[in-house]
Amino acid sequence: MMGQATGGLVAGTFVASFVEFVEALTIVLAMALTRGWRSALAGAGCAALALVGFTAVLGYALATWLPRSVLQLVVGALLLVFGLQWLRKAILRSSGRKALHDEEFAFARRRAAGERAEARARLGLDWFGFVVSFKGVFLEGAEVVFIVVTFGLNAGNVRVAAVSAAAAGIVVAILGAIAARPLSAVPENTLKYGVGLLLAAYGTFWSVAGLGALHGGTSLAWPGGDWALLVIFVGWLSLSRLLIGVLRRTSDPTPRQSTNERERVA
Amino acid sequence: MRIVRGVGRFLFDFVVGDDWRIAVGVVAALAIGWVLIAGGVSVAVGVIVTSLVIGAGFAVTTLREGRKHRGG
Repeated sequence: MMGQATGGLVAGTFVASFVEFVEALTIVLAMALTRGWRSALAGAGCAALALVGFTAVLGYALATWLPRSVLQLVVGALLLVFGLQWLRKAILRSSGRKALHDEEFAFARRRAAGERAEARARLGLDWFGFVVSFKGVFLEGAEVVFIVVTFGLNAGNVRVAAVSAAAAGIVVAILGAIAARPLSAVPENTLKYGVGLLLAAYGTFWSVAGLGALHGGTSLAWPGGDWALLVIFVGWLSLSRLLIGVLRRTSDPTPRQSTNERERVA
Repeated sequence: MRIVRGVGRFLFDFVVGDDWRIAVGVVAALAIGWVLIAGGVSVAVGVIVTSLVIGAGFAVTTLREGRKHRGG
């Protein structure tokens, strides 16, 4: 089962990080093409440094101050809330109740904002390009850090989680450098659905086991041990398919937009 | 003070997101699980019931929100 847990850890952190890095790449590219590469890359680089510090502080604090069962309860609950937010959006998108995320559209919007903004230099950099790149990379990266730290600590392998996230970042950077445009061909909505399922499954497993912190101090044992994780994953998958089916059946009878039109609304 | 408020706001938006009912539902479900186990229910039954309550709460919240959105 250790292999499955590690496989889930690697897959979860890699895919979640990949999706977030694709979104960050869109922002950095839009700023680079409208405000200059130097400012955009400086903003992205500073954000990456800030994220390294954030990861170290958050990881150290959580690992040092919280006993195992409390860690499972607190971090598992946070992971569950986070995962259910992803899953909720994925269900609404799959059932046509929410516009699909569209990287081309996001890029066009950012690019237009970059073209409109006034030029103002600070520290020898175009300030708008620097700040937007910094914020974009930091905010998208903070989600990656959160997933790496929570997933990694609970699975007892922060290193594997961090390496998976870093690998995703390198792959996105290479693909972005080759394509020199947003990676809109990446099936982001499907990937986000998969990540939502993984986070919800692990979050349920750990947070419920962590209830032992309030009841004797040691983690509660799931029936079937780690195999319960697989059952929980199948449970969330089945529930999400059921919800998508119900929401599709009760859709508004008015004619729907074509996929492309609907995506443009994002 | 403004920085502390800003960081707090960021953390709230970051974790709780745009639907606070999910966070409240998770906390409520875990509280129910704790009460059940503290009340003498076996651990196996307690963890299963808690998970089912989490799933049920999520289903209700998502259906409720889905019906508010008319698509797009």
